[in-house]
Amino acid sequence: MARKPAAMDDAAQRNSPNDDIGEALRLKLYRMQVELREAEQRAFDLFLQNLVKGTSHLSLGQEAIAAGFGVAMKPGDLSFCTYRGHAHTLARGVPVEKVLGELMQRDNGLMRGKGGSMHLTSVEHGVMGSYAIIGAHLPIACGAAWRAQYKGDKDVSVCFFGDGTTNIGAFHEALNFAVVWKLPVVFVCENNLYMEYTPIGDVTAVEHPAADRASAYGLPRIVIDGNDADEVYRAAMKAFEIARAGNGPSLIECMTYRHSGHSRADPAKYRPEGELEKWKERDPIKIYRERLKQFGVGDDVIEKINAEVMQVVNDATEACKAAPMPSLDILTTDVYADGGWAWRN
Amino acid sequence: MAELTYRDAVARGIAQEMERDNDVVFLGEDIGKAGGVFKATVGLYEKFGPLRVRDTPISEQAILGAAMGAAMTGLKPIAEIMFSDFFAVCFDYIANEFPKSRYMTNGQVKCPLVVRTGNGAGSRFGAQHSQSIENWAMMIPGLKVVAPSTPLDVIGLMAAAVRDPDPVIFFEHKSLYATKGEVPDGEIVDTLGTAKIVRPGKDATILALALMVPRALEAAERLKAEHGIDVEVIDLRSLVPLDTQTVLASVARTHRLFTVEENPRLCGWGAELVSIVADEAFYDLDGPPVRITTPHIPLPAADILEDLALPNAERIADRVRRSLEG
Ligand SMILES: Cc1ncc(C[n+]2csc(CCOP(=O)(O)OP(=O)(O)O)c2C)c(N)n1
Ligand SMILES: [Mg+2]
Repeated sequence: MARKPAAMDDAAQRNSPNDDIGEALRLKLYRMQVELREAEQRAFDLFLQNLVKGTSHLSLGQEAIAAGFGVAMKPGDLSFCTYRGHAHTLARGVPVEKVLGELMQRDNGLMRGKGGSMHLTSVEHGVMGSYAIIGAHLPIACGAAWRAQYKGDKDVSVCFFGDGTTNIGAFHEALNFAVVWKLPVVFVCENNLYMEYTPIGDVTAVEHPAADRASAYGLPRIVIDGNDADEVYRAAMKAFEIARAGNGPSLIECMTYRHSGHSRADPAKYRPEGELEKWKERDPIKIYRERLKQFGVGDDVIEKINAEVMQVVNDATEACKAAPMPSLDILTTDVYADGGWAWRN
Repeated sequence: MAELTYRDAVARGIAQEMERDNDVVFLGEDIGKAGGVFKATVGLYEKFGPLRVRDTPISEQAILGAAMGAAMTGLKPIAEIMFSDFFAVCFDYIANEFPKSRYMTNGQVKCPLVVRTGNGAGSRFGAQHSQSIENWAMMIPGLKVVAPSTPLDVIGLMAAAVRDPDPVIFFEHKSLYATKGEVPDGEIVDTLGTAKIVRPGKDATILALALMVPRALEAAERLKAEHGIDVEVIDLRSLVPLDTQTVLASVARTHRLFTVEENPRLCGWGAELVSIVADEAFYDLDGPPVRITTPHIPLPAADILEDLALPNAERIADRVRRSLEG
């Protein structure tokens, strides 16, 4: 049989029943990744203008993981993020303005400046917090999953963390605990190859810091391409199905790479020459744009999405610049449930 | 009315709250089928079943982390940390997570949970199973801290702690588990942040907590019998919230202040109380406030050494008498 022209292959693939993602979802995944990219790029620009204060940890280059999981999660599912949590927070539908506002320490921020970049939380969107003590949130996610199990609810707790986190005790305690109690929790390791500045391979007994430990907890070894949003989405859906069916936790290791330094203070000089360039070839957004084209999505559609996202980010930036600083009276609010800070009569 | 041990009061207090509210759940090491290493939770597993009374692995971080995750999503967990000394291996939750989540999130995250733990010396367990660490918890904004000294207070303060919307650290004294007290029938609910004058007196105020309360009371009886000195003993019961009004009013009447603390000297709760009284009632005082504490040492295992370290009735009485006699 003669080879079919490439265009026909594309058309066939587009309409094939094997296209489990589908066009609507694909466009959503693309839009989400672009939004995460542009919002964080803007955060970096605002930092250079000294409008974002404190520290911030960007996920540039890791967007496919946040987008894949974020799109796969249903309302009611709960996210537990790290200090590198802007993307995961946005991926649950939290407005860009709320996130940038918090980074800019404005009154319109998610927590009115009381938490900052490392603690983004939006309970109404299921973002149950961003945790800055390595590993702390894995057991906390177990507890939220325990509540779902106890109540017979079908929501899943999803816990994101880095490769470096697999070497702290709480990781191991949480995995054993989740398996023994059969909890509906999904542990997502974003393996970006580095802890802060040290390559993870230099300090870890196994090649895949999360997946190679899974067998110790009776879990399957799962390593996926974390720069391919479709692959992430599929892995998420599979894990959610297991969790919702009452069959316990999953541990997914997503291979990825951060394009920027660990935090805003880090020029990332420790990277071997060429490594960043190699990974930029595998930029998740670049990969996904090619995917869209493969499926016949036109440049006009892609450019329209890009422009719409840019508008959202620009509007959010202006709103934040115009927003007031928090009022000083919140210094002592919400220490205790009565709204105040009184420790004595 | 029934006579109950402090140990049985723990189980009764928890049971009272679990019966009242299905969202109250209980987790910890050996707490269920085994009834707890101090036998303070006997019968709860049988009564409430394995879904509400859950035995855990030896994973203190997982225990407290899971309690927090459950609390912030709607349950009212009670977590046991077997010995308070083990707070050191899960201190992140106590110091960084429970108490800061509400503040950092501008009030979005709630953390209504209770951590109950076996605290204090007297069991000859040595330096890592005997400490009084109320001050480890007291120093952290966002926590509430209670330490009952009687079976009645155990039940009432447990109920108050479980019903409280904030994280509460509940210190049970290991050397009080076998002590007995009268407890009325029916529901018992107390109030956090209320000190109790357990012996009225006019010559001096003694502040005490947990095991130091019966010792201070015994010292008071001796002082009265042997020297005609009439001291007031206040059981603080709660360090946060702190009932400073009861303390200040007492000092205004007695004009002298003593604290009896089981903790090693530095930064014990008494230092804060003395500081408050010095700030706000200095001119009520007829003499310097005195702190009677365990010396600033790790605790030894041998009984004669441990007994020497902790304040006892004799030492308390002697110190108060010498001080009052000037
Ligand atoms: C308990 C604890 N130890 C150390 C740190 C300092 N620290 C912050 S981020 C980080 C690296 C974490 O690496 P990884 O888990 O791979 O996450 P990534 O930053 O790469 O997303 C370290 C060591 C911390 N925040 N908490
Ligand atoms: Mg990393």
